[in-house]
Amino acid sequence: MNAPAAPFELKAGSTIVGPVLAVSGLAKSFDGRSVLAGLDFALAPGQSTALIGANGSGKSTLLKCLVRLIEPSGGRIQMLGRDVCALAPRDLRAFRAEVGFVWQRHNLVPRLSALSNVVHGVQSRRSGPGAWFQALAPAAVRAEAMACLDRVGLADRALMRVDSLSGGQQQRVAIARMLMQRPAFILADEPDASLDPQTGEEVMALLQGLVRENGLSLLMISHRLEHTLQFSDRILGLADGRITLDQPTARASATGLRRFFDHVEAA
Amino acid sequence: MTALSAPRRFAHRSLPEYLAMLLVLALVISSLATTAPALDKLGRGIARLFAPSGMLTQMFPPDFTRIVPIGWKLLETLQMAVAGCFLGLILAIPFAILATDRLSPHPSVRTIARAVIALFRTVPDLVWAIIFIIIVGLGPAAGVMAIMVDKIGFAGRFFAEAMEETDPGPQDALRAIGASRLGLIVSAVFPACLPSFTATSLFALEKSVRGSAALGLVGAGGIGVDLKVAFDLFNYDEALAIILLMLALVIAVEQGSGWIRRKLL
Repeated sequence: MNAPAAPFELKAGSTIVGPVLAVSGLAKSFDGRSVLAGLDFALAPGQSTALIGANGSGKSTLLKCLVRLIEPSGGRIQMLGRDVCALAPRDLRAFRAEVGFVWQRHNLVPRLSALSNVVHGVQSRRSGPGAWFQALAPAAVRAEAMACLDRVGLADRALMRVDSLSGGQQQRVAIARMLMQRPAFILADEPDASLDPQTGEEVMALLQGLVRENGLSLLMISHRLEHTLQFSDRILGLADGRITLDQPTARASATGLRRFFDHVEAA
Repeated sequence: MTALSAPRRFAHRSLPEYLAMLLVLALVISSLATTAPALDKLGRGIARLFAPSGMLTQMFPPDFTRIVPIGWKLLETLQMAVAGCFLGLILAIPFAILATDRLSPHPSVRTIARAVIALFRTVPDLVWAIIFIIIVGLGPAAGVMAIMVDKIGFAGRFFAEAMEETDPGPQDALRAIGASRLGLIVSAVFPACLPSFTATSLFALEKSVRGSAALGLVGAGGIGVDLKVAFDLFNYDEALAIILLMLALVIAVEQGSGWIRRKLL
């Protein structure tokens, strides 16, 4: 197992040439129970990183702390050139706009069409009725939303209500909404969890395609070891509130990862 | 086969529970004894209704000779209900948002919004009508204001409950995108609440039509004024005609809103 990456400093206003995400001493506790106990790691841009760990190890908490959907108890997060913990509410909204979040459950608005849900992604950079309803959206926004739907292979389902789509299609609409954000970094919290094996693989391939073709950075949680090995460049293992595994995927094996889980469960 | 002993029929209760039940029973009995009418008195009263000079006897046949002015008053009653209901429903939305745990900007704002909604709901619409007669004078404007306030209380509570019960997932997703609070409400909360909002609005309209007929009794416009005058002048046949027309209006609105509910939801 590798030692955790050392924290680093990014100069304000600099173009990101170093790590796209650097976390140092990140801690989170709920009612006195420590979930994250001083995490240190850094991620290079344009890479897909898998975060693994047992249930309840704090993986989802970590992802939410990174965009302050959950407020960290301590530590420092440098992401996309910003000191995330120091951001004022308005700046935090602007920062979140640059970070796409793919949820375990797609979290779409069920009664609306796929196109309306994708148009909602533009709320990262504009507000008003044109960002709330596809019918009132400017032509450029509608065209971009259709392009995002086309990217996930659902342009022909644009006006269908999302609650009439399959689970895999709904997750792809959620990815299209995330693309509409034009994110620089993607956080994915078990995007394959509620999908059948084939659909889960398609969704993971779609996310990896965004990393390879669009140069985005991805930090994803997956409980499927085969997806972890197939769709990531680097693997981080979380246990006891700390990063206890950090290795390139090229050097990882299913046996090694199982050993990590056995070790975690034994502890 | 082993004989199983049957479980006891009733759960054991503690002494405070028995005392509480006794207290409730005492409250019901004392309330009935103090306020319920005596049976003999009730019987004599009902007999008077059906006597040759009694009110019910004089009501038949209903007198529709003044149907045109009564019809216009009925239309005014409907207009009061629609206008008051519309204003009330529109204003209920911000009150409901402020009264919601997840959407209210601050706990103190939420507490105040909930208190205002409770106040609007608790005070009867006839009392609101009297208050607004003092403010805007006799006539339908006072009725519209009374219905509006009553509907803020009625719909505000149900709108807030509907918003509380929505799935927080889509809201979290939009918050993570960086959407504004207003964008989140309009994009994620309202679409999810639309069926509930529609049902509540239609019930509010039915309630408004029923209520607006009574507001005229205190001078707040509508058909109630004519009904009061008919009773005051002992024109019971005309009073019955007004009651039947009001009944027809209420049934028509209930049927119409029921049809819309079935079509939309």
